[in-house]
Amino acid sequence: MAEITLRQLAHSYLPSPSGPEDYAIREMDHVWHQGGAYALLGPSGCGKSTLLNIISGLLEPSSGEVLFDGERVNSLPPEQRNIAQVFQFPVVYDTMTVFDNLAFPLRNAGMSETQIREKVLEVADVLELTPQLKRKAKNLTADEKQKVSMGRGLVREDVSAILFDEPLTVIDPQLKWKLRRKLKEIHRRFNITMVYVTHDQLEASTFADKIAVMYEGQVVQFGTPRELYERPAHTFVGYFIGSPGMNLLDVSVKDDQVRCGEVVVPVAPKVRDIIARSSSDNIRLGIRPDFVEVFETAQEDSLAVEVVNAQDLGTYSILTLALGDVTLKARIDEDQATPKGKAYIRFPQARLGVYIDEYRVETDHE
Amino acid sequence: MNKVYDNKAWLLILPMLALVAFSAIIPLMTVVNYSVQDVFDANTRFFTGTEWFVQMLNDPALQSALLRQFAFSLTVLCIEVPLGIGIALLMPKKGWQASAVLILVTLPLLIPWNVVGSIWQIFTRGDIGLMGWGLRELGYEYNITRSAVDAWGTIIIMDVWHWTPLIALLCYSGLRSIPEAYYQAARIDRASRWAVFRFIQLPKLTNVLVIGVLLRFMHSFMIYAEPFVLTGGGPGSSTTFLSQSLTTMAIGQQDLGPSAAFSLIYFLIILLVSWVFYTAIMNMQKDKEGGA
Repeated sequence: MAEITLRQLAHSYLPSPSGPEDYAIREMDHVWHQGGAYALLGPSGCGKSTLLNIISGLLEPSSGEVLFDGERVNSLPPEQRNIAQVFQFPVVYDTMTVFDNLAFPLRNAGMSETQIREKVLEVADVLELTPQLKRKAKNLTADEKQKVSMGRGLVREDVSAILFDEPLTVIDPQLKWKLRRKLKEIHRRFNITMVYVTHDQLEASTFADKIAVMYEGQVVQFGTPRELYERPAHTFVGYFIGSPGMNLLDVSVKDDQVRCGEVVVPVAPKVRDIIARSSSDNIRLGIRPDFVEVFETAQEDSLAVEVVNAQDLGTYSILTLALGDVTLKARIDEDQATPKGKAYIRFPQARLGVYIDEYRVETDHE
Repeated sequence: MNKVYDNKAWLLILPMLALVAFSAIIPLMTVVNYSVQDVFDANTRFFTGTEWFVQMLNDPALQSALLRQFAFSLTVLCIEVPLGIGIALLMPKKGWQASAVLILVTLPLLIPWNVVGSIWQIFTRGDIGLMGWGLRELGYEYNITRSAVDAWGTIIIMDVWHWTPLIALLCYSGLRSIPEAYYQAARIDRASRWAVFRFIQLPKLTNVLVIGVLLRFMHSFMIYAEPFVLTGGGPGSSTTFLSQSLTTMAIGQQDLGPSAAFSLIYFLIILLVSWVFYTAIMNMQKDKEGGA
């Protein structure tokens, strides 16, 4: 049981990194609180696994500190950190039975056989491995093996945290769902800090209370699934989470008006001031497709657009719209008629985000 | 739908059958033929049935050669397998050192049997051989032509030197194929170095070790050239192994009937031991019925 703090942590696989692009983990601060269910979400190669291996001690960071309950553990090997980690592909001890596999970490810790027995039976029951307990691990199916791998982490009730590195990759979809629920259940029952690495937003949002989104070696946002969806702190979060991703419009201020290309975009004066004050030339407005309001007739503050394509997805449709040279996506419910040819859209001010140099700038009405 | 049964496709295996006949069945049947007859010349022969077999099995010289042979094979296996695993574990895993060590370890395997015998014959000579001379200088009366212990010891060291690299190479390749995650998981589980070897490395080496042990057993059980060149089977008959006895009988004495019977027994022993060993190992990996 521990709170895991990462302080000014950075890691590079190169002996003498020169630029930020040489770093697998760019300098970051982060705290995983005791008892939380966290997901670490990001595309392949963004540094998720590196970060996990640093927390577990398989990798020593190039700089910065890893603290467990305020104590520096940088140079402690995984054996002494008391942490459990489940890997992407199942790791079982072939010649041992399932029971012995689950008992292995406890035996290494010198626990008494009666205690071990009790603990193993409890975890086997939760993971539905009881009928397999006497079988050799070698002869199990891939998902049974992965359950054994997870079980070896879960039997250790005193662990600081359990880290999962895309543990459900080899599992069938329907079983995936079941195991994810199982993990949540175990989390509730044992109150262990869990960090779950994945590149699947659905997996992350169903498992975790809070998600850390990683991009190019940094955590760009840490929040609840809802926060990530409604107020992405970084353009990458907007793009990576949700399907289709957030609409991002390059804008600039000309003649006191916010323009996207030649089109004047009506925004609140506050937002216009923020954009006008910024010296950056990388300013974008972001809005989720479901927040874009679509009308068939012109409304106050609406913009005329061309309907390029409409994709009917059952309960909703995704419209592809052309605003000048820019393409936008909008999502409308099935009970709203799909406009043809010309349409009018409006951006609700509360849903509009301003991104300067990729990061969201806080505006007042939020 | 009427299905027409037509077994003509079986004819397609005829070429394969012909090949196997030439490579295995015909040579073997020649031996079988000789083993049940007493052949004097092209026109004179007597059917003897199992007589040669009975005679061979009761021959005290052959019995002791057989025991010696088992003792030899067992000894070299007991030394070469653990030693080979040990060397494989110590070999560097990457960089130029890995290639260099790999070449050094492989060298003995490239030397022909007869040459190995000759090398050791000279190496162990008391007057000019480094080992023979050195041991004498150290005060040990080393003489492989007089002392059976010296002869035995030398043959075993020679075989270990020649063939341990095979086990080491097989194990090295086996070790290289273990994914890094296994070692990481073991560290997370706080496994000791011994537990890593016992529960990760050794199980993952099972398959290559089965091949290694089988090869080494068959090889060592048929050993001929090396002891023949080194000791000629002596002193006395203390290092006369099975194939040397067979050669003496078949080529030296032209006893074709008995040597054919003996060859078959020899062949069956190797087959039987290999089969028993293989089956035993494969059974170890199965689940015990009814639970243990």
